[in-house]
Amino acid sequence: MIERLINLDRRIIFMFVAIAVTVPLLAKFNLPVRTTRDVENIFNKIDSLPENSHVLIAFDYDPASKEELQPMAEALLHHCYQKDVKVIGMTLTPGGTGLAVSAIENIGKQYDKTKGTDFVFLGYKTGVELVMINMGENIYSAFPEDFQGNPTLNLPVLEGIDSLKDFDYVVDLASGSSIEAWIAFGKEKYGFDLGAGCTAVIGPDMYPFLQSEQLNGLMSGLKGAAEYETLIKQESSAVAGMSPQSVVHILVVLFVLFGNTMYFMSKRNR
Amino acid sequence: MNFLKRTIPLIIAFVMGVTMALQYYVPHEVSQSLLKVVSRWGITIGGFAVFLGAYSLFHLHLTKIKRKLPGWGYSTFVFLGAGITIVFGLYNGGEFFWQDKQEGTMFEWIYFNVQVPAGATMFSILAFFMASAAYRTFRARTNEATILLIAAIIVMLGRVPIGTMISQYLPIAADWIMSVPNMAAKRGILIGVSIGAIATSLKIIFGIERAYLGGGD
Repeated sequence: MIERLINLDRRIIFMFVAIAVTVPLLAKFNLPVRTTRDVENIFNKIDSLPENSHVLIAFDYDPASKEELQPMAEALLHHCYQKDVKVIGMTLTPGGTGLAVSAIENIGKQYDKTKGTDFVFLGYKTGVELVMINMGENIYSAFPEDFQGNPTLNLPVLEGIDSLKDFDYVVDLASGSSIEAWIAFGKEKYGFDLGAGCTAVIGPDMYPFLQSEQLNGLMSGLKGAAEYETLIKQESSAVAGMSPQSVVHILVVLFVLFGNTMYFMSKRNR
Repeated sequence: MNFLKRTIPLIIAFVMGVTMALQYYVPHEVSQSLLKVVSRWGITIGGFAVFLGAYSLFHLHLTKIKRKLPGWGYSTFVFLGAGITIVFGLYNGGEFFWQDKQEGTMFEWIYFNVQVPAGATMFSILAFFMASAAYRTFRARTNEATILLIAAIIVMLGRVPIGTMISQYLPIAADWIMSVPNMAAKRGILIGVSIGAIATSLKIIFGIERAYLGGGD
């Protein structure tokens, strides 16, 4: 019996996970989200920016990481538009263009923002570190046209911007290793304030950069997005996602404890 | 032939490696212009990597189909998916690819209705496998494994809102684990990886490491 429980059919585990995800979503209950200093630092930075400041958001993720990073991007955009901050978007991931455009433009519409004047999406460029260096020397050299093919040189939204040095704040939303690249080839070379958002898997890797203050703040995983939604008082998909995530975490802990109990019982029987 | 395939690439790697390393420390206008030009070259060369990647992908799956290797049927979807997407991408809503990017095209429809949900689904499936793997492999077999297990449980509960409802100390303990032991380990790995990257770069610049030239030596 114990051996059977130790080698529990994985489909039973899958079924429990499916129930743990769907029931909280159907029941629609929100849990109170406690905010952390790392997310508050990003919020405070954007909140302190004067009107018409320039924020660069790098949407360095693709649809595979949408569930974690798109709510983060949307919460950030809501905050920027509420503060009348000019938003410049770009991506170093080819699959990220569609998600970035839909977030920038759809949320911009909610605040009556104009494309080219209040926000722009520069599009995708290959080369990662080289793009950062090129943007650091001259942004119009790296992106002579925006995503729709309009020349960037005379765009009102980029007025006063020549290179990365001129941005008031840069946020990288990443599902890969682009945050390290932004630190080494962007922040350290051109000296701007950098914040980051990443998938929960990457989060632990970023702590050395937080302590060295190379990152002023970090949003990690769906929890980071939920914290930002809480801070801007605009609870949406990330906060809604906290209840199934909490239940699944409890379930996994129970599975681990149950698995260990069975393991020790089988050891004792032997 | 050896001169063209070996010596010239080695000379280019040495000259460009040394020049760009020195350039970092020279804030002169000429140095900055050089950086701008070289980074643009790099971006252009990087564009060609897309073609290499596509060729490699298609070659791999074509071989699987030709040899009827296990799972070859799935490889046909690579050609089907890529083919349809490329055609609609080039069609650009009837304006074709030489015009500016159009909005509301079939390409966009495929992106939002196929790629986005498929990508999100693949990622979401991980939750099921992680739960199964945690149940099977997370055992307190040794003292080290027990410490890891306890830390994992604290972090798992402390990083979600329900953790605060269980105990107000759980998030504090989870934050401490992430900010102190986790950070120390990550920093150690980071320093090691960085030293390794510097050593490899020097080996490439001075022609000691030649694997990138191909041929296996």
